[in-house]
Amino acid sequence: MRPIATSRTSAGMATGQLAVWWVVASEIVIFGGLLAAYIEYRMSHVEWAGYAAHTNVWAGGFNTFVLLTSSLAAVLAHQAAESGNGRKAAKLLGLTIVGALVFLTVKAFEWTAEIQAGYTISSNGFWAFYYTAAGIHAAHVIAGAIIMGFVARDALAGRELHRVELIGIYWHFVDIVWIFLFPLLYIAK
Amino acid sequence: MSEATAAAHEDHHEMSFWAKYVFSTDHKMIAKQYLFTGLAMALVGGFFAYCFRMQLAFPGMDVPLYGIVSAGEYNALVTNHGTIMIFWVAMPVLIAAFGNFLIPLMLGCDDMVFPRVNRLSFQLFFLSTIVLLAAFFVPGGAFGGAWTAYPPLSAKAEYSLTPIGSSMWLVAVALEFVAFLLGGINFITTTMNARAQGMKAFDIPVVVWMIVMASIIFMLSVGPLVAGAIMLLFDQLLGTGFYDPGRGGDPVLWQHMFWFFGHPEVYVVLLPALGITLEVMSVFARKKPFGLRIIIYSAMGVGVLSFVVWAHHQFISGIDPRMANIFTITTLLISVPVAEMIFLFMATLYRGSITLSTPMLWALAFVAEFMIGGVTGIYLGDNASDIYFHDSYFVLAHFHYTFFPISIIAVFAGLTFWYPKMFGKMMNETLGKIHFWGTVIPFNLIFIPLFVLGIGGQHRRIFNYQHFTDLSSASFQDLRVFATIAMLVLLGFQFVFIYNYLVSMKKGPAAGKNPWRSNTLEWTTESPPPHGNFGGVFPTVYRGPYEYSVPDRESDYWPQDLPD
Repeated sequence: MRPIATSRTSAGMATGQLAVWWVVASEIVIFGGLLAAYIEYRMSHVEWAGYAAHTNVWAGGFNTFVLLTSSLAAVLAHQAAESGNGRKAAKLLGLTIVGALVFLTVKAFEWTAEIQAGYTISSNGFWAFYYTAAGIHAAHVIAGAIIMGFVARDALAGRELHRVELIGIYWHFVDIVWIFLFPLLYIAK
Repeated sequence: MSEATAAAHEDHHEMSFWAKYVFSTDHKMIAKQYLFTGLAMALVGGFFAYCFRMQLAFPGMDVPLYGIVSAGEYNALVTNHGTIMIFWVAMPVLIAAFGNFLIPLMLGCDDMVFPRVNRLSFQLFFLSTIVLLAAFFVPGGAFGGAWTAYPPLSAKAEYSLTPIGSSMWLVAVALEFVAFLLGGINFITTTMNARAQGMKAFDIPVVVWMIVMASIIFMLSVGPLVAGAIMLLFDQLLGTGFYDPGRGGDPVLWQHMFWFFGHPEVYVVLLPALGITLEVMSVFARKKPFGLRIIIYSAMGVGVLSFVVWAHHQFISGIDPRMANIFTITTLLISVPVAEMIFLFMATLYRGSITLSTPMLWALAFVAEFMIGGVTGIYLGDNASDIYFHDSYFVLAHFHYTFFPISIIAVFAGLTFWYPKMFGKMMNETLGKIHFWGTVIPFNLIFIPLFVLGIGGQHRRIFNYQHFTDLSSASFQDLRVFATIAMLVLLGFQFVFIYNYLVSMKKGPAAGKNPWRSNTLEWTTESPPPHGNFGGVFPTVYRGPYEYSVPDRESDYWPQDLPD
């Protein structure tokens, strides 16, 4: 059974929301540290622009579109959950999960092509950052999709509808991280 | 369901041994799990110190209970002594154990807001402990590249000679960070959201303030190191060159990421220690802390400043001298709010009616000893004098004068102060005082000689000083032997504490609800508190936590939950 503590709201905000925002805060510094290191290296290594030219901007751009669209589905799921429609919320979350799967599939093809062309994580500094940053991000996509599966299962049965919003906040964060990664890793030449 | 009826439902079910002690979600049990794991690790860390101090005093000796310490083992012992004492003793005891035990009780609620996340936090922490210790039994042995794990020593197996140990060390530390991130989110949200009715921000006891601020500082500083640790792990295992200058990397990047966390970490453990000390002082001086709000605001200031001092660890790492000047200024600046808090602690004692009980002795010793650590830090924060002192025993003695008061002295203040609440019994005062003097006096006798050795030029991280003619003079060696004997005395006196702690659980006199006549909410319930903490009726708060010796009141204390 849930403790009384969980239902209290001294700060005037639901406990789950508060906690997710703190999770996001702690994640921002993880990606912040990684990207700050990347930007600093990038500025002192002009030759990295040449390596970045081998990334597939079209695949990256398509993935950006997919991820943003999946976020739209997450917002609509939240709206449905607010109005108490658990079935609709679950369906929309399912759509978000499909987005995540498409994103990962494109990523898998991209990486396969790059590794076959000889650009591996140990090739040089650029590719090390490319695989590390995108890899940590992909791990977040996978984790988010799995959690979303559980939330959707509960929402389908009309339970824990407030969690639809919580996973949505997290999903938007994962989205925003990609919006930083895409230009930094793919576009900046 | 109202709060009262919901809680009444709570305490009527029998639980199996496993559910109660191992897979418990009760914050008090998780606090004890963290506490006993942390204290057990303190014994391990203390034993490591014993092994390498014996080697330094009597090189090549067959150390009793260990054997001959080889050079590689020496490095592993020193590295893991530091790692354990900071990450597996100071953090779990000061933050996780006290935080878990005190936050729900002091806020007047039944548990943390996410009890299962809390349990997961401990499980990950326990797993990290196993990984760390298991590294001693793998081929090559445990990591020996210092607790700061600077590359290239940590990145390349051909330098460290611990191909598996290095990665296990990193994985253990990363798991530990995840455990504390989960715990920290619980602490912060519980304090923000689950306070008793009527409890305003400044009605929250200062120790809770400090633990929450520490959790926030930890959360905001550890991120880059998490990323940095993944990068280092890839350098070790996948052959990337993030920290390899030969391949476009930079080893100083690790130092930045490590110390961007590592220096705030000092304040992560300092703040809870200050909070514990102030709680104890206020109760045993029967006075409200002098300038309570100023203390809290100063702690916030320290927290902010702690993010801009990190590069003072890197003055001789080849950073730009202009940057070194900036970090000298910020480093000296941070001593201002800390010194000011210490003055306010002293002002709290002024004209109080002081009882020199065991917890109070520890609290007073904390202030006195920590000041020595603070003052010697000024020499190291200054980039000019640091060039001479860097990597000497002066640095070592300095940070032991900060960390020993934090993770040992303040911890003993807290353990003896909340013992009656945790176990429902009183500890023996005479044994407590014997243990106090038997710890604090030898502590100074260990580290004052090390200051002298450091000023004399004794470098750190040397396995056998006989190999260096300048450092193997008889006067130097005598000081090393003296420090080692003092350490043996200190370790010996810890058995007095262990005896007192364990025997009092059975044989100590019953404590009652509120043996120290204290105001905060944890003292309004049974000792030890039942499952659900307050027996179904949650307290309402009417005033601040430190209304002692209020004029015109018959009683010299005024609990937070009394309506009048």
